[in-house]
Amino acid sequence: MSILVYTESEQGKFKKHALEAASYAYAVAQQLGTTVTAISFNNEENDVLGTYGVSKVLQVSDDNLKTFNAKAYAQAVSQAASKEDARVIVLSSSTDSKYMAGLLAGMLKASYAPNVVAAPESTDPLVVKRTAFSNKGFALTKLEADTSIIGVSNNAFGLKENPTDATVEAFTPELKDGAFGVKSVEVDKVVGKATIADAEIVVSAGRGMKGPENWGMIEELADVLGAATACSKPVSDLGWRPHGEHVGQTGKPVASNLYIAIGISGAIQHLAGVSASKTKVVINNDPEAPFFKAADYGIVGDAFEVVPKLIEKLKEFKAQNA
Amino acid sequence: MKILVCISNVPDTTSKINFTEGDTKFDTSGIQFVINPNDEFGLTRAMWFKEKQGATVHVASVGEASTEPTIRKALAIGADEAIRVDATPTDGFFVARQLADIVKKGEYDLVIAGRESIDYNGGMVPGIMAALLDMNFVNTCINLEVDGNNATAIREIDGGKEKVSTSLPLIIGGQKGLVEESDLRIPNMRGIMMARQKKLNVVDPVDATAATEEVRFEKPAPKGEVKLVDADNVGELVELLHNEAKVI
Repeated sequence: MSILVYTESEQGKFKKHALEAASYAYAVAQQLGTTVTAISFNNEENDVLGTYGVSKVLQVSDDNLKTFNAKAYAQAVSQAASKEDARVIVLSSSTDSKYMAGLLAGMLKASYAPNVVAAPESTDPLVVKRTAFSNKGFALTKLEADTSIIGVSNNAFGLKENPTDATVEAFTPELKDGAFGVKSVEVDKVVGKATIADAEIVVSAGRGMKGPENWGMIEELADVLGAATACSKPVSDLGWRPHGEHVGQTGKPVASNLYIAIGISGAIQHLAGVSASKTKVVINNDPEAPFFKAADYGIVGDAFEVVPKLIEKLKEFKAQNA
Repeated sequence: MKILVCISNVPDTTSKINFTEGDTKFDTSGIQFVINPNDEFGLTRAMWFKEKQGATVHVASVGEASTEPTIRKALAIGADEAIRVDATPTDGFFVARQLADIVKKGEYDLVIAGRESIDYNGGMVPGIMAALLDMNFVNTCINLEVDGNNATAIREIDGGKEKVSTSLPLIIGGQKGLVEESDLRIPNMRGIMMARQKKLNVVDPVDATAATEEVRFEKPAPKGEVKLVDADNVGELVELLHNEAKVI
């Protein structure tokens, strides 16, 4: 048996979270005394997988699978798991991986733990630590079925290099009727801009910005930092910013290295959604804002004065460190 | 069109989370339970299908008798009938098995579940159901239109959205966007009165075992004191982020 990892890619490049999943799979393989097999779709960058500890790559090359299709991909991964006799399957916490994971758990009658933040606490039985209650707590989850699926939380276990020679094998899954029962019609995606899911830095703003017309400085700050932009729930409810930017308990979760909250008071639902971020900075003119209790660094001040100064200082910093 | 909306009974979003019995159980004392927000967006969209396209809407939930107020609220919002599977929802796999059985017996055309529940965050119930029933499945669904047997959906993806076409029978994992926050309905007195007359069928669970078990819970480590930087000295923040936090 080996550990199977699904390595997600986009336009022929592996996503960072896919390589984190591979790093995690290697750690599990070490604990269990086995090796890692990866399954990749329409991707030739096999050396990259070797760097993160993958010994064998099952390479699927199929034009019908150029666009992600959850059911077809799940069938392929499930067939790869039986071919490799894999009892542990590792994947990331991206939107697509989570979409596929439920289907895969149903197909394989497998145990599935999402949002896992650390290498298994034990392997017999298999127990993993994951976030629960929307980041207000952690659960130690025992995976009891014959096959286990571990969804690794983004930016928690981290990238770990374990240089390995990866052998490559072409793999042709047998896609069953109905695999394409859901067809992609159109993908509307910003290309070349950091997304909340995989950004190292997220710049987020709330109602303190007073109106959508004032978001120019938020976007400029994000540009300087190479960050993704996000917003609080009231801002998306008011229609100032698109829903896709809403972060918090009912929006997207954030697990970036740096999260900068501007004009966001810090309701418990918001704090839950962003608490997995490693360093949190808050800028707010109300010293009593609850966010100050959850942040690492804070500035009490008017965002309209502080943010332009911060942009200026960051530009100076970048010029010096370029 | 026959719609089943799957409801999870979860702590209100403002709840403080504590654990009890040696950190092995979620402490429910003082907790107010609500319809899982992701499910409520789906329920509200189902109401739209009922009013504009004459759909029948049932709700189903797996839980003990104590969850009935949450189910009654779904009836007060406008669902026609409810089913409660009388069992402790031990894990996502167990719940999906129960709901799949209801979908099969009830011959539903459209099943609306939430993307995930805000308590255990499993996010697996609709996907497992879709695999068990071999139905089409769209997750993180933010828009859904049904025309006869055909459906068009928009799903949220990392960094954007994707439009997909599919057909009934269909399961979706819904979230905000299916309807707006302002479209959510607070039950009125008439709805609450009518909900009392509606059928709430209690059924026994089918034989199924859980695939996971929560052995222990932990709370996040307490946060240290915030380091405040003077608004006139923003450069210090840049310095701290670079030298101390090492994030830029």
